[in-house]
Amino acid sequence: MSEKLTRFFASRPGIILAGAVIGVLAPLLQYAGNPKNMGICVACFERDIAGALGLHRAAVVQYVRPEIVGFVLGATIAALLFREFKARAGSTPIVRFVLGVFAMIGALAFLGCPWRALLRLSAGDLNAVVGLIGLAAGIFVGVQFLKAGYNLGRSHNTYVAVGWIMPVMMVGLLLLLIFRVKASGTGALFFSESGPGSQHAFWLISLGAGLAIGFLAQRTRFCTMGSIRDVLLMGDTHLISGLGALVVVAVVTNLILRQFGTPAFFGQPVAHSSHLWNFLGMALAGLAFALAGGCPGRQLFLAGEGDGDAAVFVLGMITGAGLAHNFALAGSPDNAAEGIVGGISIYGMAAVVLGLVVCVLIGFTMRQKMEV
Amino acid sequence: MAHTVDARGFSCPQPVILTRNAIKAGDFPIEVLVETVTSRENVRRAAEKLGCTVQVEEMRDEFKLTLTK
Repeated sequence: MSEKLTRFFASRPGIILAGAVIGVLAPLLQYAGNPKNMGICVACFERDIAGALGLHRAAVVQYVRPEIVGFVLGATIAALLFREFKARAGSTPIVRFVLGVFAMIGALAFLGCPWRALLRLSAGDLNAVVGLIGLAAGIFVGVQFLKAGYNLGRSHNTYVAVGWIMPVMMVGLLLLLIFRVKASGTGALFFSESGPGSQHAFWLISLGAGLAIGFLAQRTRFCTMGSIRDVLLMGDTHLISGLGALVVVAVVTNLILRQFGTPAFFGQPVAHSSHLWNFLGMALAGLAFALAGGCPGRQLFLAGEGDGDAAVFVLGMITGAGLAHNFALAGSPDNAAEGIVGGISIYGMAAVVLGLVVCVLIGFTMRQKMEV
Repeated sequence: MAHTVDARGFSCPQPVILTRNAIKAGDFPIEVLVETVTSRENVRRAAEKLGCTVQVEEMRDEFKLTLTK
């Protein structure tokens, strides 16, 4: 039975089911209170967690997002049930950390990870098209490195406890949220009183949706970056059929919930229409994800099933979020009321370019002649 | 003597890339060693797509896939 289920989830109907479920749940989370076109955004939600912990002090983006907790723990539950939980680590963790930092800086320049790019697209935000083209461009560069022998080296099986660190950290975050821990009058946790961080579904709804998605995604290996990479690398359309299902179902769900806006570039919710930096931000994110072997969601699911290297990537992203807001690197949304186009600061531009340079250097220097 | 691809410890897409390279080299039968179910399914799918017959053997903590054509 277990083996049959495993084969189903590994099949095309399995991945389409996972994409469709995400396509329903994300708009529903928005309906239940999450920010506009942000029913789920792995980068944004990790950034909100960084804010809640005080790793940055951008007052409008601070909240412990239970969706992230659910993603990790849902994957843990699935991996345990199907006997796939396997503690492994040791595949160049410091490089994964750096890739995580720059992936986040790139994603926040665009104002969203690939998941949110798909959801923005599914609600009529045309900047998402620019972002997704950038994402594909970044992945294309990553694929060239992969073809040339780039890899991060082997991981090794290790103590079971190593695999449990990220899941346990997530339980800790959830407890901090439930008990609304406030260390001092002016200390963490921080919760936004306005802006995106203040908009959220009831925590049990968020957690439940996160657990469901984490479970399904662990079984099906749903990955936004992998979808595009597999097409570019070997013409394999397995994973991308999940992305297609996500977008189609999310469009329909948004139409039903009246969340589908007028298709346009300017003035979209929590988005800017500075095209070059939407493109380059996502190109950086795509390259970093490709070099690290997974999109931000996939890294959470891997961390949930015992992959200590993916866990380091997640910590890199959370650190990157702190840096992005402390150094004013993240994108500012368009100001629709005053007709001002948003974008990123000169520091943000410098950081995106630096990230691209670092990723290219990583791609060039970590190659080995693959023996077959 | 089977040609062996040791993809243990590599995460995706390395096991698939190594397997595809071996299939292109055409030295059958090919044995692929992987450690995770994810890699097992990915390698199986990629090999079947390239017209190979795949047999899987579970050994302790890892899998051995035998590819023939």
